[in-house]
Amino acid sequence: MTSPRTISKETGIDDTGYKYGFVTDIETESAPPGLSEDIVRFISAKKNEPEWMLEWRLKAYRHFISLLDNEQLPKWAHIHHAPIDFQQIIYYSAPKPKKKLESLDELDPEILKTYEKLGIPLEEQKLLAGVAVDAVFDSVSVITTFKEELAKHGIIFCSMSEAVQNHPDLVQKYLGSVVPYTDNFYAALNSAVFSDGSFCYVPKGVRCPFELTTYFRINTAQSGQFERTLIVADEGSYVSYLEGCSAPMRDENQLHAAVVELVTLDNAEIKYSTIQNWYPGDENGKGGIFNFVTKRGKCQGVNSKISWTQVETGSAITWKYPSVILQGDNSIGEFYSVALTKGYQQADTGTKMTHLGKNTRSRIVSKGISAGHGSNTYRGLVKVMPKADNARNFTQCDSLLVGDKCGAHTTPYVEVQNNTAHLEHEAFTGRVSEEQLFYCRQRGLSSEEATALIINGFCKEVFKNLPFEFAVEATRLLEANLEGSVG
Amino acid sequence: MVRQRTPTQEERYLTAFESFASNGWISDPSWLKDLRTSAIERFRELGFPTARRGNEEWKYTDIAPIARTQLEVEVGDESKIGVASIEKFLVGDDNWGRLVFIDGAYSRELSRTPPLSRGVSVTSLAEASATMPDVLEKHLSRYARYDEAAFTALNTAFIEDGALVQVPDGAVLEQPLQLLFVSTTPEAMSAPRTLVIVGRDSKVTIVETYVGLTGGRYFANVVSEIAIGVGAVVNHYRVQQHSKEAFHVGTTQILQDRDSTFNSVVMDAGGALVRNNLNVDLAGENASCTLDGLYMVNGTQHVDNQVMIDHQQPYTTSRQNYKGILDGKSQAVFHGSITVREGARKADARQNDKNLLLSNECEADTKPALWIYCDDVKCGHGAASGQIDERALFYLQSRGVDQEAARRLLVRAFASEIIDSVKQEAVRAHMETIFDEHAQEYRLT
Repeated sequence: MTSPRTISKETGIDDTGYKYGFVTDIETESAPPGLSEDIVRFISAKKNEPEWMLEWRLKAYRHFISLLDNEQLPKWAHIHHAPIDFQQIIYYSAPKPKKKLESLDELDPEILKTYEKLGIPLEEQKLLAGVAVDAVFDSVSVITTFKEELAKHGIIFCSMSEAVQNHPDLVQKYLGSVVPYTDNFYAALNSAVFSDGSFCYVPKGVRCPFELTTYFRINTAQSGQFERTLIVADEGSYVSYLEGCSAPMRDENQLHAAVVELVTLDNAEIKYSTIQNWYPGDENGKGGIFNFVTKRGKCQGVNSKISWTQVETGSAITWKYPSVILQGDNSIGEFYSVALTKGYQQADTGTKMTHLGKNTRSRIVSKGISAGHGSNTYRGLVKVMPKADNARNFTQCDSLLVGDKCGAHTTPYVEVQNNTAHLEHEAFTGRVSEEQLFYCRQRGLSSEEATALIINGFCKEVFKNLPFEFAVEATRLLEANLEGSVG
Repeated sequence: MVRQRTPTQEERYLTAFESFASNGWISDPSWLKDLRTSAIERFRELGFPTARRGNEEWKYTDIAPIARTQLEVEVGDESKIGVASIEKFLVGDDNWGRLVFIDGAYSRELSRTPPLSRGVSVTSLAEASATMPDVLEKHLSRYARYDEAAFTALNTAFIEDGALVQVPDGAVLEQPLQLLFVSTTPEAMSAPRTLVIVGRDSKVTIVETYVGLTGGRYFANVVSEIAIGVGAVVNHYRVQQHSKEAFHVGTTQILQDRDSTFNSVVMDAGGALVRNNLNVDLAGENASCTLDGLYMVNGTQHVDNQVMIDHQQPYTTSRQNYKGILDGKSQAVFHGSITVREGARKADARQNDKNLLLSNECEADTKPALWIYCDDVKCGHGAASGQIDERALFYLQSRGVDQEAARRLLVRAFASEIIDSVKQEAVRAHMETIFDEHAQEYRLT
């Protein structure tokens, strides 16, 4: 369990600098640790799932076991960790249900407090911010606000469990259509044991009136969080979705293997933003989240657009490649990323843009910052298939090194099978320039302030793609994370 | 990890090794025998690399055609080739030194040793093993690492002949030296080896040319090792003009000491399946290298260039500029990797790869990688891929140049960045000729 730490009253930041490292004391209902067919059946039964859902899980489970038995774990990423014992993980953990909740007031006050500490006051947001929150506490969606407001527009925004019950046709049609369970090792695991997640469907021609938000949080010790998110934007619709993540501090590593699938039909657009601040482990690299996530969007329809923006500051290890399959003609894929590694954090992250349709365009802007003993790798693939006439890609991936013990790596892959494609790739690696620092110091900034300012400028191109409130939050998060690493 | 597909494909070479060991080894020193034996042992362990998923080094290149082909390990017979048949591959004038190898064996008759200053050796490995065994023992296979690379292991196992160039401290080889490797036998593998040792503050220019006088499939599995001393300058050119069905796997291993300079321009025009590994270890402070390359592929050709630069020390500089012209159903692969080790302060690295795609059926795969373990560095890479610029074409047409001529001009302009960077006039002219020949085949209408 957690070791005692001093937590500063004013800031909530403890002596390791991780602000969100408290454990909420509520009763949870957990499955015993370990993975078996019975556990998959148990999860499915707990959620009262229809037969087809169970079948799908079992197929995924069998595929996962065959991969595990043949030792086909992904080994290509530039990360190092002790082998994961998949039999030590608790695959299902939910707050003990008391009764069905009618309003926020009935929510366990402990849970509400947790969210307050995290800085997402549900009530406030409900009234003021115009943000609908689907908060995921460990694995079960606790409460969904704004549902009615969304329902007026015909938008479905609910937990995955509810969607399986209430919208089985949509779930059946799209679940696994972008990330099949055979996609990769962790996607197979997720498909077998996913406990909950968010589901969103925006009907034809509807522009979602506010940002949709989910807050994931891992609470139970030894538990893995395997949520599954599916967003479908029907013809001509638009939705902006933001997820934030944090987890309490524990000495052991916790596994987070989520799958996110996005589908846009003709003329639709999805904007997906992530602020990831899972517990990164202590200053010696002990503990922390293994964030092994598969995120992929499919621009299925013509003129559709999917845009990923991510700010990755947490997790002991991040392994994540939000990708876009540009299938519809004239579709657009974007990827904006800031990844910060400090302490002993490792990140191997990037994107895949697969150009299938004609006149498809993609844009990749990746900013990596390494400090302390951090290791930061950009890994990206831009692939132009033979029929993707006039495909266009621009890639810019820059890395900044802060300190001489860290590493910054860039490994892009460019595969072109169509000569009308036009691709450009630029990358730069270096440190904060002495000239810029000198200029700021001369204007009266301390060296720490100056560095923070320059790093913020370095990330600006990405931050400006975040929804406004979150851009502010991201800037602060970055500053808090860099504290003590620079200067 | 990298396991063989079937045992039989490697077995042919293991058997050939046994007969090689029982025939030609009697007079060889024991260290050489040991070297060959441990190399073949390593080859047996590694097996031919597979393009299987997860094998990053061979991700885009499947060498199955090489492994599958029934190749004999050939020891060349130099007597059957006259000077007339190699005339068109000769670079430079009569003052140049020239070592010619036929299927890996040194041809004294076709070679010409220039007047050499004291201490400079330009000779064949076979001769050197008799006249200067201590030099060979000290340097041979000390740079090219065969423990990780199956093809280098295979070459090392069959080391018999090749070129040795030794330039002592402070010596300058006034005239460039051409090393011409000629393949003449179909269905055969040759394994020539080049060893270049350049002393402190010395200077040498070397042109390696790989050509084929036969059609059909043959395999040149070559390894060059170049050790560059403190403050020395090496200008290195490699021109590959194999026949259209040939296989070529070449490894060039460079070790650079303090303040040394290595300039390299490579050109690939031939071969069905070509893989070049250029590994540069910047092992001394302030060492610098410039690596340029032009690869031209057509038909079903496949050319794979892997350039690995290792910045091990502070103040090291590297510049890479590779360009590819692709036509037909060809495939070109570029993988450039820059590593900056911990403590290699002020490393400055720049890498570029550009591909011009002339047909809609070719494929270009580019993988420029940066592995940076030090903060005080300036490293960057760029990659671009596209077709002939329509606006440039329009400009030329509006000036009265017909479309085909305009396209030809633009392709030539694309290549000129590399060809024109060649400072050695004779080499530049030679490359221009090869380019023109190759460009004849482009469908530019």
